[in-house]
Amino acid sequence: MRTEIRNGRIVDALHGVDRIATLYCAEGRVAALDRAPMGWHPDRSLDATGLVVAPGLVDLAARLREPGLEHKATLESEMRAAIAGGITSLACPPDTDPPLDEPGLVEMLKHRARMLNQAHVYPVGALTQRLAGEALTEMGELAEAGCVAFSQADHPLVDTGVLLRAMQYARTFGHRVWLRPQDAYLSRGGVAHDGEVATRLGLAAIPSIAETIALSTIIALVRVTGVSVHLCRLSSAEGVAMVRAAKAEGLPITADVGVHHLHLCDVDIGWFDAQAHLMPPLRGTRDRDALRAGLLDGTIDVVCSDHAPVDDDAKQLPFAEAEPGATGVELLLPLALKWAAEARVPLPDALARITARPARILGVEAGTLGVGAPADVCVFDPAAAWTVGRTTLLSQGKNTPFAGFELEGRARWTLVGGNIVHGA
Amino acid sequence: MRNRNPQLNADGELTHLLTLEGLPAPIITQILDTADPFVSIGEREVKKVPLLRGKAIFNLFFENSTRTRTTFEIAAKRLSADVINLNINASSTSKGETLLDTVDNLVAMNADMFVVRHSQSGAPHLIAAHLDATRNTHVHVVNAGDGRHAHPSQGLLDLYTIRHFKRDFRNLSVAIVGDLLHSRVARSLVHGLTTLGTPDVRAIAPATLLPTQLQSLGVRPFLDMREGLRGVDVVVMLRLQSERMKGALLPSPGEFFKHYGLTEEKLALAKPDAIVMHPGPMNRGVEIDSAVADGARSVILPQVTFGIAVRMAVMSIIAGN
Amino acid sequence: MPPERLTDEQLPDAERVLATLAQRMAPAVAHDAAFVGIYSGGAWIAERLAAMIPGAHPVGFIDVAFYRDDYNRSGLKPNARRTELSFDVEGATIVLVDDVLYTGRSVRAAINELFDFGRPSRVELAVLVDRGGRELPIEPTYTGVRVEVARDRSIVLARSSEGVLSLDVERS
Repeated sequence: MRTEIRNGRIVDALHGVDRIATLYCAEGRVAALDRAPMGWHPDRSLDATGLVVAPGLVDLAARLREPGLEHKATLESEMRAAIAGGITSLACPPDTDPPLDEPGLVEMLKHRARMLNQAHVYPVGALTQRLAGEALTEMGELAEAGCVAFSQADHPLVDTGVLLRAMQYARTFGHRVWLRPQDAYLSRGGVAHDGEVATRLGLAAIPSIAETIALSTIIALVRVTGVSVHLCRLSSAEGVAMVRAAKAEGLPITADVGVHHLHLCDVDIGWFDAQAHLMPPLRGTRDRDALRAGLLDGTIDVVCSDHAPVDDDAKQLPFAEAEPGATGVELLLPLALKWAAEARVPLPDALARITARPARILGVEAGTLGVGAPADVCVFDPAAAWTVGRTTLLSQGKNTPFAGFELEGRARWTLVGGNIVHGA
Repeated sequence: MRNRNPQLNADGELTHLLTLEGLPAPIITQILDTADPFVSIGEREVKKVPLLRGKAIFNLFFENSTRTRTTFEIAAKRLSADVINLNINASSTSKGETLLDTVDNLVAMNADMFVVRHSQSGAPHLIAAHLDATRNTHVHVVNAGDGRHAHPSQGLLDLYTIRHFKRDFRNLSVAIVGDLLHSRVARSLVHGLTTLGTPDVRAIAPATLLPTQLQSLGVRPFLDMREGLRGVDVVVMLRLQSERMKGALLPSPGEFFKHYGLTEEKLALAKPDAIVMHPGPMNRGVEIDSAVADGARSVILPQVTFGIAVRMAVMSIIAGN
Repeated sequence: MPPERLTDEQLPDAERVLATLAQRMAPAVAHDAAFVGIYSGGAWIAERLAAMIPGAHPVGFIDVAFYRDDYNRSGLKPNARRTELSFDVEGATIVLVDDVLYTGRSVRAAINELFDFGRPSRVELAVLVDRGGRELPIEPTYTGVRVEVARDRSIVLARSSEGVLSLDVERS
């Protein structure tokens, strides 16, 4: 299948490309930029005038809810939503039901995803069996089955002895460990940030020290084991400062922030709006500003969608009883662009945070449009305005604190391996 | 992320009572003024007025409370309303029916008002938002206590009591003693006092029982009770629940009483004409000793009478909007 | 002598009308009749009548806010006062007193409220001004003056700081 994408603004941060040109794809890879290869006859020709031609987005956290949680969403619905959001590679956390602690489950997930022939799915395997934080998983087998890293998802690993061993073991085989910095005891029972809002609303609170104490532990363990750790979903100003210091020390640490925490804070809970019930909780304006500054100066490497489709029944409950989480794959692009516009970040740098950098953290071939790279492309209209709502979201999870927001930026075509999977 | 105050209708009139936070001072004052004539109705031969005749008021209590439920029931009946009590533990929700399904069913049975008590903060707000979304704006919600968030009718009757004995909020010093962290009564009272211009609102408790962001509510925290009571006009004692001992918040009721219990000796530090209040039920010997509870400065019993009148005022204002 | 009919250009002097009303009531009311004024104009008049008419006349005050028939349409009216009836309603002779009688609804509400206190042996009605326009079958026993005004106008009784009563017409 030969596809050409004509006259779009090709932006590829990795190769320093930012110009109006035509992209030529053949046999699933990027064949050329600017000038057509010899004897070129395209099967499809897309007119990208006025559009941006970027590498397909890479999302480090998108829950597809399979296996086991199909009442919330299915692989089909969520993959469709992801490619509509311009995402061509995504990592899914191990907190499925059962958790991804067996090679068979991982293989089945990869197989199912391959059959759908949409985005590339990179499962993150469970660090401990059943995510229970006691016994190690067969990381070797899981890696062979396709796991790109190992994590505890949102399940805290309380036993620091086990955490040390898990990190040592991962280090032995060169695997990366992804961890959420959240202390189990200090976050126990809490549903909102320990700030003014939680005090006024009478909500059980999670102080920022739940994040900083956990970060302390993780950073110390990284120093001792040398394992590469990716920190998932920073939420506090103090946390960002700690990661900045750890990176300055030269430790092998990367970090991400969820799109929601980049834009919202606890004030957005309003009068107990369960759409804003997220984990980690939305913290104060100070924290949000620090997260934005952290993304700007590179302390935080990437933005991810933290996609967690929640069924309506689980949200239409009093705040504390509602399930935390929000739908995000279709919002990653416009919200990243919104941050870039507000922080005055040039487009290539902004896109790098959702393409090249997450690809590097995943350790996969993605996030670039260099010649020979997989033809995973997101052709989007940066000015396309749309209102976030039940009818405009494709994900089965319609719950998001951005409901009713008008955002700019929508994928016009998404290509995976040169095939148009969205926008045909 | 709605900006409109969910308690007020499009004309700025009170249509639900969910919290005292954000309620404009004129509305709070209107409720207190309206409670005045209702106080005397309890002294009549026929303790009823026909105002809410034909209206169906459902007491939706998801958390047990005989006292509050009874007060609301008496208040509603004195307004000639029909009162239906729903013991939610025994009914459908334990069979898996959601909170909002229960609400929808009762609306279909022509409910005019829900008096809701729930263990989760925000449950009455959820119900009010749902009624709005389903265009049932003729159905009103009164929050009878949600989690640790608000108990607005209690806050109002506390304000009424203080106004009755002390007249002007603008030169008062009020101390609230006890478990503020978990107290919806305290939160509501604080909002009411600050809205009505009380210059000095104090909280007295050990650090484990004080919300970390207390100052943002306009309250001065005191860890030392003697210091906190100095010169105050009103002392409000909060009930200490036994669960607090289990949550590693306090070691024992005995130690609590020693440092934070109200005795005559500590009360002497307040102004000579200071009044003592308690939302009830009292734990004698834990928060307050009997000599004070039964003493001359205690207004705990009048609080109960005022409670019925204030609830009548709330229901009659809301049901007419 | 039939009561005078006046147009709104000639609103009478309230004090003179009060004197006329008291004159008409004095020979007719029971010597121990209670005068119960409907707030707030009726309350002022009840107090004055008790002073002007010989006999032992207890004075009471009624606020009809909780007995009105327009609650469902207009909600609760603010500034309700306390109904004060310090005498025993049971078996009493009561003269309800109001400043302006119009549709008759306030009087209906007052009578209902009165009966929640007990069973009076007799209830009469005294009004300073009867402006017609009745919507219920209620007629005053004693009238000060009859006046006609347009439907979109209200007749309002005022009391100065020295206690002098006056009548005025306002747009409704």
